[in-house]
Amino acid sequence: MTTITNQLVNPTAHLTPEDIEQIGIELDAIRQEVLDSRGESDAAYIRKVVDTQRKLELASRAVLLFSVLPPAWIVGTAGLSVAKILENMEIGHNVMHGQWDWMRDPKIHSTTWEWDNASTAEGWKHSHNQVHHTYTNIVGKDNDLGYGIMRVDEDQRWLPMHLGQPVWAFINACFFEYGIAAYDLELGKNLRVPKEKRSEEFKRKAKDTLAKIRKQATKDYVVHPALSIPTGSFVPTLAANFVANLVRNLWSNSVIMCGHFPEGVETFEKKSIPEQETRGEWYLRQMLGSANISGSPAMHLMTGNLSHQIEHHLFPDLPSNRYAEVAPKVRALFEKYDLNYHSAPLPQQVASAWHKVFRLSLPNGWLAETNVKNLPQQLGLLKKLTTGGPKVRRAYDAAQRRAARQRREAEAVAA
Amino acid sequence: MSTIAPSGARSRAAAHRGTRVRDALVRAVEAATTPLLPADYLDLFAPLRSGADLRGRIVAVRPETADAATIEIKPGADWAGHVPGQYLRIGVDVDGVRQWRAYSLTHGPRVDGLISITVKAVPDGVVSNHLVHQARPGTLVHLEQATGDFVLPPLTADRKFLFVTAGSGVTPVIGMLRNLFPVTDSGVVGLGRPLDITVVHVAPSEPDSIFISNLRELHAAGAIHLVARYDDVHGVLDVQRLEEVVPDLAERTTYACGPAGLLDALAAHHEARDLELFTEQFRPATLVTGEGGTLHLEASEVELDLDGSSTILDAAEAAGVLMPSGCRMGICMGCVLPMREGAVRDLRNGEITRAVPGETDPGGVPIQTCISAPAGACHLSH
Repeated sequence: MTTITNQLVNPTAHLTPEDIEQIGIELDAIRQEVLDSRGESDAAYIRKVVDTQRKLELASRAVLLFSVLPPAWIVGTAGLSVAKILENMEIGHNVMHGQWDWMRDPKIHSTTWEWDNASTAEGWKHSHNQVHHTYTNIVGKDNDLGYGIMRVDEDQRWLPMHLGQPVWAFINACFFEYGIAAYDLELGKNLRVPKEKRSEEFKRKAKDTLAKIRKQATKDYVVHPALSIPTGSFVPTLAANFVANLVRNLWSNSVIMCGHFPEGVETFEKKSIPEQETRGEWYLRQMLGSANISGSPAMHLMTGNLSHQIEHHLFPDLPSNRYAEVAPKVRALFEKYDLNYHSAPLPQQVASAWHKVFRLSLPNGWLAETNVKNLPQQLGLLKKLTTGGPKVRRAYDAAQRRAARQRREAEAVAA
Repeated sequence: MSTIAPSGARSRAAAHRGTRVRDALVRAVEAATTPLLPADYLDLFAPLRSGADLRGRIVAVRPETADAATIEIKPGADWAGHVPGQYLRIGVDVDGVRQWRAYSLTHGPRVDGLISITVKAVPDGVVSNHLVHQARPGTLVHLEQATGDFVLPPLTADRKFLFVTAGSGVTPVIGMLRNLFPVTDSGVVGLGRPLDITVVHVAPSEPDSIFISNLRELHAAGAIHLVARYDDVHGVLDVQRLEEVVPDLAERTTYACGPAGLLDALAAHHEARDLELFTEQFRPATLVTGEGGTLHLEASEVELDLDGSSTILDAAEAAGVLMPSGCRMGICMGCVLPMREGAVRDLRNGEITRAVPGETDPGGVPIQTCISAPAGACHLSH
């Protein structure tokens, strides 16, 4: 998406500053209602999910001890995949957000939780809770916009390396937990720094992450397969763990892509964000910068309630089981202020996000302007842009912007 | 002898090997459960097992009066027992929020292995009201081992005691008395000790008096001499005139438990007469308010603007921060955290504690968060 300030019509243009502050007040009221009624049944909910997840994992791993038998392999692998997804999504992500800190239970607390994932809780809490949730969808500040390896917004400069992004977007999806770990470490940025100049903090975090990865891999690929040796199930169990991790990675990657990447989700220019963003302005950015997944309660559970991405971004520290109940109120507010509440079923959102990954792997406008007839010319253009150096690309971008402006003016005249 | 020494060495080596094998096993199991601990899985099935965090299960809730109840709890396998008069800290989830409080154990060690506390619901008391009116058998609670110095010395025939109890301050004393004089179906059993005990029990009015029937029973059986004083009948007890109700006061060792006002008056009274006094208090007497200020919990990345009357512990907990805590009355030091910079006021006596980087301990000045309020901005590294 083009940042809202660079669009033909800014989707927030009809709102006065007073409207925006009023939106903030109304959202605060929705939040307060949940805080006032938060209590025993919420605590019972998360304990039940934790209890169920652990028993499911134990049972699945027990079944996998006999994974040499195909039915056992299928049941065990499916169970372990679901257990890992629940642990990462509905439990880990939300506990680390501090959604359950109010219970004062040291066993379910953002400061003590460690999740079943290659990235450390510490690294995740920084890159996700602090950076992404604060600077959501601000191009150049929110690294979640493409994780530094992909171009997911027109206003991110196109480079020849982006031609390959559908491939590494898929590789990243398969090994998503390692991608997150690298991302939390800002590995790309830090590895460019000469070894002797790297910060002590980075070195410590890198060491912690490697230790975490070693432990995780030892568990999944050594200890549990070894426990299956007596039944001759070493290799099947190893494969089962690999598949469960793969399923979890693909699933969590899909859910997360649905949160901010589908076409129509808004992004923001760094310079358009005021120095002192008000609460109302921050809320508005969260409202427009997120997309929901519609579906059944089971879908909501398996996505860790990130299917309510809009509600989650508005209220990241409210217990996840309450998003479903605030969603209609939030939606009504969108309607009242004539804003687009972006919600669609999972396949549609995933397809939309991947469409964007493909579309923006190419220079702005290229895909839209290409048809069967002009394909040879367009390929020639692409080759020139790829091999031509920054000057050529800048000239192309400028021409694209000019054309967009002309279209805008023509539309204004027509209107 | 010569044959014993090598076998001793052999068994030591075997024991050493045993430890090593056990450690390796523990490591292997941990490698299978990471990032969780094996205990996290065992807790699903056996929360009261040996080796688990200390917990208990509520077995029964027995009403004592309209607003007091005795809670019987089956403690976890690692419960180390207690001496009558001691208290324990219990963590109860009320409206989903873990709350810790200290309660006296109201029995001696019991044959059935249960422990019991007696709770009086105080106005606005979150935990006490929950325990008296809402607690249900089967509920899991969190426990700490029994602690406290409010216990009797080794008993000798010539020792004479005076217990002064006010309101729910009777609870640790009941624990001691029940231990000394078990009540069986055939009545109070004296265990053959010729003890001379006087109990002065004070309460606002008679029906509010927890355990009064216990005390009366003990009095009727001749185990104790009970002096019950009800404010609405006898007027508020004047400690200066304690000798009028206990003429041989000077020969007795006094154990007192109740509100701060009564304990302070007793302390002054006994000090003037050079008499021995042991006291136990349940809640801190906050006499002053601080200035208030911003509390910075640096590691937790939390900033709170506090008024001068709420303690750092209460405020930080309310904000969702996990805080170490203990007796919550300034005694046990379980809540101590280092203050890197700033000033706090002790709400019991108004005393100011300051931390100045470069002047005070670089590791921070230890403060008791349960009785301290900020006096200006203060920074804790927690």
